[in-house]
Amino acid sequence: MLSYIIRRLLLLIPVFFTVSIIIFGIIHLVPGDPIDNLMRIGSSPEQKAIITARYGLDKPLVEQYLLWLGKMAQGDLGDAIVMRRPVVDLLAQNIPFSLRLGGAALLFSTLLGIAAGTLAAINKDGRIDQGVMAGILVGSTLPSFWLGLLLMLLFSVQLGWLPVSGARTWQALILPVLTIGLGGTALVARATRVAMLETMQKDFVLLLHAKGLPARRIQLRHVLRHALMPVVTILGLRIGWILGGAVTVEYVFARPGLGTLLIKALNQHDYPVMQGCLLMLAIAVMLGTLIGDLVQAAMDPRVRHAMT
Amino acid sequence: MTSNSPRWHAFRRSTAGKVLLTPKGGIAGAYLLTLALIALLAPWITPYPYDVQELTIASQAPNLAHWLGTDEFGRDVLSRIMYGARTSLSVSVTAISVSVLIGMTLGAAAGYFGGMFDRLVTAAVDLSWSFPEILIALILVAIIGPGLTSTMLAIGIAYLAQFTRLTRAQILSLKNETYIEATLNLGASHGHIVFRHLMPNALAPVIICGMLATGDAIILEATLGFFGLGAQPPVPSWGAMMSSGSAQIFKAPWIIIFPGLTVAVTVIMINLFGDALIRALDIRAKLREG
Repeated sequence: MLSYIIRRLLLLIPVFFTVSIIIFGIIHLVPGDPIDNLMRIGSSPEQKAIITARYGLDKPLVEQYLLWLGKMAQGDLGDAIVMRRPVVDLLAQNIPFSLRLGGAALLFSTLLGIAAGTLAAINKDGRIDQGVMAGILVGSTLPSFWLGLLLMLLFSVQLGWLPVSGARTWQALILPVLTIGLGGTALVARATRVAMLETMQKDFVLLLHAKGLPARRIQLRHVLRHALMPVVTILGLRIGWILGGAVTVEYVFARPGLGTLLIKALNQHDYPVMQGCLLMLAIAVMLGTLIGDLVQAAMDPRVRHAMT
Repeated sequence: MTSNSPRWHAFRRSTAGKVLLTPKGGIAGAYLLTLALIALLAPWITPYPYDVQELTIASQAPNLAHWLGTDEFGRDVLSRIMYGARTSLSVSVTAISVSVLIGMTLGAAAGYFGGMFDRLVTAAVDLSWSFPEILIALILVAIIGPGLTSTMLAIGIAYLAQFTRLTRAQILSLKNETYIEATLNLGASHGHIVFRHLMPNALAPVIICGMLATGDAIILEATLGFFGLGAQPPVPSWGAMMSSGSAQIFKAPWIIIFPGLTVAVTVIMINLFGDALIRALDIRAKLREG
């Protein structure tokens, strides 16, 4: 297991460098000069040169990248151009909100998704299965920002049960979690159902039946445990998906967070903030995949040895 | 066609028949056809023009003159949804078609020739695969600037990995078949093998995957439009309508409810139709290879 973990971690290094180069490149791919956004109209070229030098944009690209990387290693992501604060401070302020939302949404969709998928699989082709499948289809096709707005309209405005927006109380978390969670639930439920149906065809299940174990016990104790493997991988892979959902939903519910910060930075052309947000999201995606892989390897020795 | 004419039997056995004669496929097919017609004919069949503002009738609830109400500028919501179909459908269909074409070429080349190129393509695909499409699209639109062209580009690139991966998997599973080896030994060129023998067999799953992705692309377009990064006013798109409507949500919720409902129903119909196609062609297992 240890050697698998080490190999898996080494694999992250090239990925991290590729991602960091892409994120670093964004500021240089943008047509026009980001510095122009900072200049007052009628500023002289000398003033422009001063500002360009202040952000280090006059150096060769490779040197800029290495400088950026070096500073990053020291926990310095530069200063926000428009918001005029260290990017690290902005991130530190916003990330806890996103973690709370993402964590709750992940938990919600995992539990509900596995339950719904199992229910559908053990009632294959029955009414319950069809109902769950229809729910999954609808749940995965509703635009999340729209669903969020409708939930807000119903529960906050019409019924007055929950706060409209913000993140001051735990109640404010309910609607955003529901909004992201429903799409995620559909994903988990579909994966669980497929995995369970596949496992039910396996020989060992036939053997358990032959031994006379009750069907429900086989399904819930043995089949489900096997079927959770692919589900765990999907969950790990889809951490990014939850984060993507969080970007839209945070914006709709006016919650502070990485998504809201990113959208704000996009609109203000605040490149250091943009880079910081993207870096955090990328790291979260990489960690998600890593955790998914490690859990899978811990559960299945074949995975540990397959990777050479 | 009567129920026992030979032509009717031929139709029932054809793929089109197998899709359209199931309840799901039939209803979804009819809906999508109607929607496409509405999008095509919008300038001639909408009850009101999409851009004429009439503030005296602003934010009216649905009524007999305006079935789905009016927006904050007094424009007819139904007419704007009909026009919006033009934007939303053409953007997502164009983006996905181009993406499918490029993805197939990349995937086929990577799968067939293997080697360094394959490893490069696979690495790029794996990397972008783990990032949600909405993030990729947001970043691209941020770089190129808002508008419909960049929305198309962003959607196309966001889904490229999916088609490349699927085509590559198809080609890999096909290229070691005996008939391919036989054709090679008969002196066929690589181009001939790829285009005449591999691609036709790999086509169906990729096309269906593209069709299902078109549904996702409609949602993506709506989301970008909602952030104000897609269609720019006064051009109506379903997302842009909801973007301007979100400020009115408590006063005039119909401005945002109906375009969202249209998006949801359209995407559901695309999924049902795709599902019926997958069943008719019996390629569910192939789709999962990607």
